[in-house]
Amino acid sequence: MSETDVDVEVTPEPDPDAVPITLNGREIVARKGESIIAAADRHGEYIPRFCYHPRMSAVGMCRQCMVEVDTGRGPMLQPSCMITVLPEMKVDSESPTARRAQEGMLELLLANHPLDCPVCDKGGECPLQDQAFSHGPGESRFVEQKRNYEKPIALSEHVLLDRERCILCDRCTRFADEVAGDKLIHFIDRGNATQVNTFPDEPFSSYFSGNTVQICPVGALTAKPYRFKARPWDLEQVDSTCTTCSVGCRISVHSSRDELLRFQGVDTGPDSESVNWGWMCDRGRFNFEAIESELRLSEPMVRSEAGLTATSWSAAMDLACQLVVDADSIGLLGGARSTNEGAFAWAQLADAIGISRRDAQLGDGLPAGVLSLPRATIDETVNAATVILVGPDLKEELPVLFLRLRDAVEKGRTKIIEFSSQSTGLTRHAWRSVRHSPGMGPAEIARTLTDPVIAAQIASGDVVVVAGRANLAVSEATALAAVDVALDGMPTAKVLPALRRGNVVGALQLGLAPASADQGALATLRAAADGQLDVLILLGADPINDCPDADLARRALAGARRVISIDTLPSESTQQADLVLPAAAFGEQSGTTTNLEGRVSRVNQKVTAHGTSRPDWMIAAELAAVLGHDLGFGSVEDVTTAIAATVPEYAGATASAIDAEPSGVLAVVKVGAVQQSIALEHAPSSYDYRLVVSRKLYDRAVGTALSPSLAKLAIGAGAHVHPADLDRIGEPDGAEVKLISASGSVVLPLVADDSVQRGTVWAPFNQSGANINDIVDASAAVTDVRIERLS
Amino acid sequence: MSAGGTYAWAPGFYDDGDRPQIVTSRFKYEDSYTLERYHGTGGYQGLRKALEMRPADVADEVKKSTLLGRGGAGFPAGVKWGFTPAGVWPRYLVVNGDESEPGTYKDRLLMELDPHQLIEGCLIACYAAGLSQCFLYIRGEMAVAHERVAAALDEAYAAGYVGKNILGTNFGVDIVLHWGAGAYVVGEETALIESLEGERGMPRLKPPYFPAAIGLYGLPTIVNNVETLANLPFIAANGSAAYTAIGSETSPGTRMIAVSGHVKRPGVYEIINGSTTFRDLIYGEEFAQGIRDGNELKAFVPGGGSAPWFVADQLDIPFEGRLASSAGSMLGSGAVMVMDDTTDIPAAALTLVKFYAHESCGKCVPCREGGTWLYRILERIVSGNGTDADLETILQVGESICPGDMPHAASERLGLEAVPFPYKMTTICFVGPSAYVPVHSAMTLFPEEFEALVTTREVRSMIPVTAVGGE
Repeated sequence: MSETDVDVEVTPEPDPDAVPITLNGREIVARKGESIIAAADRHGEYIPRFCYHPRMSAVGMCRQCMVEVDTGRGPMLQPSCMITVLPEMKVDSESPTARRAQEGMLELLLANHPLDCPVCDKGGECPLQDQAFSHGPGESRFVEQKRNYEKPIALSEHVLLDRERCILCDRCTRFADEVAGDKLIHFIDRGNATQVNTFPDEPFSSYFSGNTVQICPVGALTAKPYRFKARPWDLEQVDSTCTTCSVGCRISVHSSRDELLRFQGVDTGPDSESVNWGWMCDRGRFNFEAIESELRLSEPMVRSEAGLTATSWSAAMDLACQLVVDADSIGLLGGARSTNEGAFAWAQLADAIGISRRDAQLGDGLPAGVLSLPRATIDETVNAATVILVGPDLKEELPVLFLRLRDAVEKGRTKIIEFSSQSTGLTRHAWRSVRHSPGMGPAEIARTLTDPVIAAQIASGDVVVVAGRANLAVSEATALAAVDVALDGMPTAKVLPALRRGNVVGALQLGLAPASADQGALATLRAAADGQLDVLILLGADPINDCPDADLARRALAGARRVISIDTLPSESTQQADLVLPAAAFGEQSGTTTNLEGRVSRVNQKVTAHGTSRPDWMIAAELAAVLGHDLGFGSVEDVTTAIAATVPEYAGATASAIDAEPSGVLAVVKVGAVQQSIALEHAPSSYDYRLVVSRKLYDRAVGTALSPSLAKLAIGAGAHVHPADLDRIGEPDGAEVKLISASGSVVLPLVADDSVQRGTVWAPFNQSGANINDIVDASAAVTDVRIERLS
Repeated sequence: MSAGGTYAWAPGFYDDGDRPQIVTSRFKYEDSYTLERYHGTGGYQGLRKALEMRPADVADEVKKSTLLGRGGAGFPAGVKWGFTPAGVWPRYLVVNGDESEPGTYKDRLLMELDPHQLIEGCLIACYAAGLSQCFLYIRGEMAVAHERVAAALDEAYAAGYVGKNILGTNFGVDIVLHWGAGAYVVGEETALIESLEGERGMPRLKPPYFPAAIGLYGLPTIVNNVETLANLPFIAANGSAAYTAIGSETSPGTRMIAVSGHVKRPGVYEIINGSTTFRDLIYGEEFAQGIRDGNELKAFVPGGGSAPWFVADQLDIPFEGRLASSAGSMLGSGAVMVMDDTTDIPAAALTLVKFYAHESCGKCVPCREGGTWLYRILERIVSGNGTDADLETILQVGESICPGDMPHAASERLGLEAVPFPYKMTTICFVGPSAYVPVHSAMTLFPEEFEALVTTREVRSMIPVTAVGGE
């Protein structure tokens, strides 16, 4: 805001964006550029609609929102979604003519719509059903045979389409095109036979396909995981925040008979303006299946001669107490999975008993100091003139942030400068997409930013750097150096930390960040591997699968004298533990979470915790009590209150403040100093392939692997190389080859993939099949591999 | 002029009598579509003359000629050109050669028999209206037209009429030929633009997508009909005065009319605009020569399948848009379909309703659902399975497509006053109302035929049980 703006405050002038109109006889103030239907929504006048969706462009197809508009030339019937408000416009949505048009449209929509509401999943929460009652003629004169189609057809692995129910509102197809950028569903045929369908053999394989089910105004699109599971009037729901990744989408958690059945983006009433706009990714939407998995850990288990054996909580707590008391050195890894309360309680416990080795990440992110950089919000990011991406493929790791950035580019607000070692989901949308060989990032960034055209773009407005870990086969230091170089000479640039785990920012901000690198995850694992750690506590952490260096993780779990695992689902790491404590999962516990911006919002319990599992905060409080430390937490509210009372930045994040502000409260904590890293160049050799390892949305993480709908979507392990490199390797696409690095070898099938740069090999992280992290050495700056033929 | 005024290479075209010819003057030559013939008959003189004038003066000349658009709406072309916003470049000319209105086949002849005239018209339009590129969209079914225009375009490029530095000036325009995929709705200008952009041919909403402001690729676009542009060489070469000397003051020049149906000589005629009446056209010796087999005229469609019908009461109305409107219909696309007294009116209406229901693009509900519903009710009535409640339902469904008073012609026989054109509509484009228009006209002007069908209960076949299942 400029100084002159402040002066204007003295003599209030009329709001230049205010457009006075008359709506149903009421004088209301609409906003410039707003459609009539949007203005009516804001003023509590409901105009019936099907195709209109506030987050997508208006198409005026269903004609349901017809109103009479008078701009001085007499009232005319117009679709209110297509007409922009003009001063002194008179709008009547309830005149006899408007009502007749609305009733007529509903009669037409119902003409071919089957009245199978009693067996339709949408019945009870169906906009067509509801509006047929509120705005329909009450009966139909249609006596012809209705349209029939084969029931249902699968658009994708998740989404089924019953075409005879479809009213062709273009919402799903528009979503696929405009919002997700996966233009894989279309109208085919025409007139009365128009249908939505995919191209033959090209399924709607979008990471965001579930949103189409949510926005379908009839029961045409259903999601397999929910289909025929419940009736809407039997559902109970509570608003919560998804903790699958750190975007922190506001969602609504639905259950029936104490079973989680459905997650949806919050979109009734105002949607989550600052975060997810009502959208979700399919991973977040469907991974409730894992929470309901039969494999959930339900009681404490202790290692005996017979393997892991169930025991009682009191015995388990006594044992945990014993292990902790006997230990000289303890490491605490994890804590990013659950709530702020869980992380804070464990940090308090760690403080009380003097655990200095602690880390909410597993050497797969950036040093926690990145949180001390000037933090950008998502809104600041998508409104910045320039966004510099020095981090992971956002479409794979933080999908809804990808949607927001894609929208920013599509609407022309933002230009993206991307630095990466292979094509990403945002490459298509990037203004400049600069490739570099792994290890050469800092040099390439420095060189690129001096380009006069790029420098001019950067100078043209706000800059946000999205900083994260693009490649798990280069060291943390190299990744951080890239961020440093990108920020160099940009004192006003802000940083959006693209750290992945659900509450990683909350955990780091509330005490689970290592004080220095030698207290961090990799150092802790090395200490354990070297036999220098008595107890390793894994708080929802699975280092064997999640640490880039699997060999180190395995040696650490073997080398630590005792391993205590607190987790929801069995993993390779829980199998190695001496004591396993079952933890309450998402939907089973309340509290708060902090997203990557530092936005604190509510997580709410909807169902009873599985078996005897307990929330993390309670386990910490109880263990503390057994150890003779009173953390003072009798309830989760106590912990929330304690956070607000003891962490100054969270002072505003009291329970009542968070509840009062649906989009949450910002709490940005600086976590330690920003480590200065030295940008070394690691030029690739011509006979090796430089390794890129990064995550896909669907991998072998337990939350995905134990959700049947998602597990099959993981692409599986492979060595992806540029098609032109196949000749050099001398093997065809699909052939198994041996990848040999300085720290090991692994056999993987070759995959020709033109998103990969020549001279590099990309391997998706944590996929079923051979483990690529077997050959990554976390201490090496870069990983070079030789590809050998097996024959 | 040949005997009978008809030519083997131009079947259905007649130029007998002593009528001025503006756009069909070369149809009499077998090689009318070649550049050689075009040159030999004054071709590209209009362009040469235009290029010697300032563009604004050419545009002014066209404006003074009151050349009315021939696509259906009859809007003055020169005025339309002025709607483009200032300072937005590039801007395009899109030629609507997707002639598909039932009964209309004049543009096809213009493209097949005189493609250079169209090309010259495009160039003059681009020069006068400051358009940077021209897209010529030809209906998918018109293979010969496509070939002829493509060949002519090659010739014109080779001769330096199209491309850069046309005739040595620094005026340059490229013409891109595009072959449609066969959808009636693409004759609607915004659907045509969508189709040109590679999308499904579905109309855009106006507002905001008025092509002159937001057209092809989001840029200002003038969409003109083939016949409209074919008039420009004459106007440029001879001046607007020569053009306005023909026809009436408000509808000057000539226009091409396709006559079909129960007449002795169906065909395409270039008539004098504004003064020729429907009686002249249907009964005139140099035109359709009267009703076949000595039958009586029962009804006629004055302006393409989507126009409300006229009966004998309206025969003396001239081809003057304003008069046709106040009589309850429109001149539309220049197609007159004549029905004699042997015509089964409900069946005739059914044919048209079926066409529009079939051609609905499916975008908006009233057309997609309403059109088919109307068709199915009418089909039932025509097959003898209708009830009188069905007649009421047709009007109610029609009300959902076209709310308010529906235009229709006056009928002395029934004591009906005319309701003037146009109708109101809840649809995005005119396809939906077009499905209602024929059945509404038929029911209004010949109610007794529908009443007979629903009261005599001549059940010709059993109704399948499934068809009355419904709810």
